[in-house]
Amino acid sequence: MAILVFVESAEGKIKKTSLEAVAYAHAMGGPVTAIALGAVEKSELENLGKYGAQKVLHAADEKLNQGIIQAYASVLAKAMEDENADILVLANSTLGTPVSARVAAKIGASLASNVAELPATAGGFVVKRSIYTGKAFAFVELKNQKKVLGIKKNAAEANEVGSPISVTPYAVQLADADFSTSITSSEKATGEVLLPEANIVVSGGRGMKGPEHWGMLEELAKTLHAATGCSKPVSDMGWRPHHEHVGQTGVKVAPQLYIAIGISGAIQHLAGVNSSKCIVVINKDGEAPFFKAADYGIVGDAFDVLPKLTEAIKASK
Amino acid sequence: MKILVCITHVPDTTSKINFTDNNTRFDTTGVQFIIGPYDDYALARAIELKEAGGASVTVLNVGLADTEPTIRKALAIGADDAIRVNADPTDSFFVGAQIAEQVKAGGYDLILMGRESIDYNSGVVHGIVGELLGIPSISPVMKLEFEGTKAKLAREIEGGKEYLEVSLPFVAGCQEPIAEWKIPNMRGIMSARTKPLKVVEPVAVDSGVQLQKFELPPAKGSVKMVSADNVAELVTLLKNEAKVL
Repeated sequence: MAILVFVESAEGKIKKTSLEAVAYAHAMGGPVTAIALGAVEKSELENLGKYGAQKVLHAADEKLNQGIIQAYASVLAKAMEDENADILVLANSTLGTPVSARVAAKIGASLASNVAELPATAGGFVVKRSIYTGKAFAFVELKNQKKVLGIKKNAAEANEVGSPISVTPYAVQLADADFSTSITSSEKATGEVLLPEANIVVSGGRGMKGPEHWGMLEELAKTLHAATGCSKPVSDMGWRPHHEHVGQTGVKVAPQLYIAIGISGAIQHLAGVNSSKCIVVINKDGEAPFFKAADYGIVGDAFDVLPKLTEAIKASK
Repeated sequence: MKILVCITHVPDTTSKINFTDNNTRFDTTGVQFIIGPYDDYALARAIELKEAGGASVTVLNVGLADTEPTIRKALAIGADDAIRVNADPTDSFFVGAQIAEQVKAGGYDLILMGRESIDYNSGVVHGIVGELLGIPSISPVMKLEFEGTKAKLAREIEGGKEYLEVSLPFVAGCQEPIAEWKIPNMRGIMSARTKPLKVVEPVAVDSGVQLQKFELPPAKGSVKMVSADNVAELVTLLKNEAKVL
């Protein structure tokens, strides 16, 4: 049961969720071949061996430096054939998910996204998928010989199980038809912890009273090496960029720790955070519905509690 | 430009999720159904393009007869006509294959839908449709403008966005802030009753997946409150009890 894992990178570094995908494939029993597309640092690729890859392919064609959905799908489908792989594993993301769809349709694979755990293989190949925006799970049997699995954050732990390995260049024949979409430019926050990848998320709502107060929230985030998020009203009012909006129609996060400050906890917001391991709610209103979904709560003013919390964390280090 | 907007018929975002028949069916008791929120953005953008001139808007839903009130709502918002593929939308590949079939039959140039449905959340139907038709698919799209037949789009990426150009025909999975949701007015509601809604039978598809059962996550324990005057205690709890710091 050879497994191909598509690893995504950002600024030359392999994404943490892709390391989890390699670890997931390793835990399935492998053998695991990882494939990276476009510019990635060599040492990053070699290190995939540490997380369980037995072989690392690198398609370094510079046309693949940009994530063109059709082109990526064609390369991955061809690599599955060349490597004799029956299963493709990748991390669900804004690129991985659309790519997985095209690969599955191309090769006639059974497809599942948001897979939350390792598959059960006694009596059919059954995966547990997160559905209803984290409010339920579905157990789905994938019946075709070829399978494409999109995994959710934390579906596997990226533990070191091996040592670095050498990288095999992977030559690709790119078809012009796959490049009918062109990426003209991009805007990207650099140097920040990315929200979908973060182990800790610090999120603010209307209780923060205005964008000028975000400095103290960012200070707490920096202390915790956390990503910053926000509620829908905050992004709708333009206080924070859209990619920070956590909720039903925004980013769904699954960190170890989610700290919500001045967010009342509308059900649409909860839908974006319900996969968090531990939730802390800080709100002036003791009746805020978010407390019902929290593990720990503090009733208090954000401007009073936030600096105190940052100090307490610094003191405990 | 012929626009096809594919909509899902899904439980309202505030719905309590429960299952019946030994956890094999969604329990619709007391649940209100809506147009999928992401699909609603796609529909709103399509109506804006129509209002700007030169476009027609057809809505498509794969669903049984109970989805017709949801389809009528999309007509009330401003779509010209509708197609219902008469089948239970069991999985992404099945739905994608039905949409591709209707695109071929109707000759649509632009196929819009939400980035994902809010029931199964797969986020893959746009890609499946694009691949089956051999045309580009782009998702999640947060901006869509036209200069002639060339489209300029913004796609969300982790931590930012990228700008793309593509020519018709293509498929886009949409999300906010591509357009503002539209609310039907009285004239729209009246005219929706008489707009054409065609019911077609599905094509046979072997999708390769089989649902076995549903499961609800374990119930959350109760919240532990900490005094605002003793924030250090919270840090201790996060370290020693929750073990997340």
